[in-house]
Amino acid sequence: MKLLPSGSGYHRERSAALANLLKQLRAGAAAATLIIVGLAPAIAADPVAPEAPGLAPYFVPVSSAPKAPDADGFLQRWLLLEPIVKPNRSNTGFTGTYVRQALTTEYFKGQFKGAPRDGQTVAAGAPLRWHALDSTLFDVKLFNFAQGLNKPVYGVIFWAVTVIDSPREISNVRLAVGSNSASMWWVNGKEAAGLFGDRRMVMDDVVSQPLTLHKGKNILRGAVINGPGLSDFCVRFIDEDGHPIRDIALDLR
Amino acid sequence: MRHLALAVTCASLALFSSAPAHAQLAGEPYIHDPSTVTLSDGKYYTFGTGRGGLVSEDGWTWHAGGERPGGGVAPDVIKIGDHYYVAYAVGGGGMNGGHASNVKVMWTKSLDPKSPDFGYHDVGVVASSNGVEDCDAIDPAFLYAEGRLWLSYGTYFGYIRLVELDPKTGQRLAGNQPVDIAIDMEATALLYRDGYYYLLGTHGTCCDGPNSSYNIRVGRSRSPAGPYLDNMGVPLLKGGGKLVVAGRGRAFGPGHFGLIDLGDGMEKYSMHFEADMDRSARSVLAIQPLVWKDGWPLGGDNVTPGTYEIQSERAGGALELAVDFVRMPIDRRGGFFGPPAGPVSPVAMQTLAQDSAVWPAGPIDVDLGDYMIRPHQQWTITPVANAGGYFGAPYYKIVIAGTDRALAATADRKVVAVPAFTGADEQLWRIDQLTDGTYRITPKTKVATKTPLALVAIGASTPVLATFDPRSDAGRWVFKTP
Repeated sequence: MKLLPSGSGYHRERSAALANLLKQLRAGAAAATLIIVGLAPAIAADPVAPEAPGLAPYFVPVSSAPKAPDADGFLQRWLLLEPIVKPNRSNTGFTGTYVRQALTTEYFKGQFKGAPRDGQTVAAGAPLRWHALDSTLFDVKLFNFAQGLNKPVYGVIFWAVTVIDSPREISNVRLAVGSNSASMWWVNGKEAAGLFGDRRMVMDDVVSQPLTLHKGKNILRGAVINGPGLSDFCVRFIDEDGHPIRDIALDLR
Repeated sequence: MRHLALAVTCASLALFSSAPAHAQLAGEPYIHDPSTVTLSDGKYYTFGTGRGGLVSEDGWTWHAGGERPGGGVAPDVIKIGDHYYVAYAVGGGGMNGGHASNVKVMWTKSLDPKSPDFGYHDVGVVASSNGVEDCDAIDPAFLYAEGRLWLSYGTYFGYIRLVELDPKTGQRLAGNQPVDIAIDMEATALLYRDGYYYLLGTHGTCCDGPNSSYNIRVGRSRSPAGPYLDNMGVPLLKGGGKLVVAGRGRAFGPGHFGLIDLGDGMEKYSMHFEADMDRSARSVLAIQPLVWKDGWPLGGDNVTPGTYEIQSERAGGALELAVDFVRMPIDRRGGFFGPPAGPVSPVAMQTLAQDSAVWPAGPIDVDLGDYMIRPHQQWTITPVANAGGYFGAPYYKIVIAGTDRALAATADRKVVAVPAFTGADEQLWRIDQLTDGTYRITPKTKVATKTPLALVAIGASTPVLATFDPRSDAGRWVFKTP
């Protein structure tokens, strides 16, 4: 289980009030019968937090060659912006209205246009840098991205952009998204999908109306908002039969 | 024949699908994250987050009781041999932003604090998370299957993981490494059935009362280490999960599944509801029947109070008063088929007064007959307040609709309909849903035998009280709207 902060109605992080409750319960537990028989613990009993792990093993630098989707069609090459601080102690307020307002607010110039460059810095309150990365997994672990860069991990908005190079015009494809928590997605500047509420990531959670990938470059842009808890997303395109679109390539150059 | 029976069962399930899933237990069943309900010294125990838990003698009435040292969150209990192993987590859960946690195990030979065998012995830590890795080692759950002991753990913070323990000691097997088996779940449970391992877990929002969207989902695998897939083939490692049960009626947010295998084809499961609106929206223990459909577990339902034909699965006979058949009038003018000579008009059904005019005054035998939509075949089923119950189902009275004439067990293992309901044990009935969706009907009274007897169709037209045979349809019943 996960408990909620006092008064916040949030489930992902345990509140001080409940922490105190558990502390009291533990204190009470001392009176209960517990016989230590001296068996050697099988595993180290005191977990020690190691250093922040960096971006590995979840991300690697992009290679020079375009990257095809993985076997299931998931898009693994992305430009990720260091998180914008957007305090939300709870995700219970992630209504469609709130998320749409939060994710259509302009935080930096060029937010809704074109594709950024790797290493480009924008001013979104603080200077934030775009990172071109390949995810090693089917999903893009935004929490680990932020953690690995020693950036804020809770109460944040992540922006993600990728450029899809399509060898032909492909009509009647659908964008299939899962995200933790809420998110919005645009294909070639047009809104394609919105995932509202306190979400956890499920592949193909929300699927867009049919859309067309142009021959040549297409820009897919997304924004993920989260309070506490892990942040991640997974995105792919599927055809009319639900099969993944794989004859495309991701190229951020 | 089984296909036909299954079709009837499905119809019955559909019939009850809108039934409210009230937390129907009696007593003070306040708990969060209940451990698997476990029998010890004649009583049933479940432990929750924090210290202590709940205890019950019948699975229906629960009171605070039991002792579980160590504190922490979301324990689980399993009995192997004469050991009760208890796993619990200390730390993690996002407390103060932390996800460093240890899953610890201890054992006792009794869960009853009054027993001389009671006393916890520490085994030690069997799984951990370091606070940075994508895992939070809380919410442990045991599975003992095929002679091997498994433990799943984890929460929304990263992966659900599986380790293997030594069933002789409760310690982690030397060299065993955790395996990632799911994401975006918590409060997992493992089952093994017919060659499949099932991973159940909770999705949705916890700990927010009637705003909690907690719901229980499942995937299955041929190997305990996965890959676990849902009914659509979506891996649980990619967020999949088939729905088992969600909130319904006045109860929100079911979570923390625990199997209660009562034998003879009867399985139930424990969980907590995040908010029972009939109990000040507090988190409570709940127990519901578990149905298996096409190899998947599915939350079942207690019978919804109402009026039904009680149909035998043996031959489809309707439970009825063995009384003279009262004919309904038929207008044969001009034949009985083809359009009527005059305007089309509805024809009244037989009334209770018309049917009951020939009933004797005293007890009436009960048999099974072709369902003729007659009042003597229609039974009103109502929970009886303060009469107790058994594992999530209250005792019911079963009376002919519109009357007080009650189905009753007799000392010579018959069933009759007595003129008036008195509340006596022989007039109180357990109605338990079985894993195929049908129901078993059992009198509260003990009828001259050590083995509980159930309502069984020993002939196509003859119901008696007999030993329930899970291999047969003779003791299975469905409830059909009149």
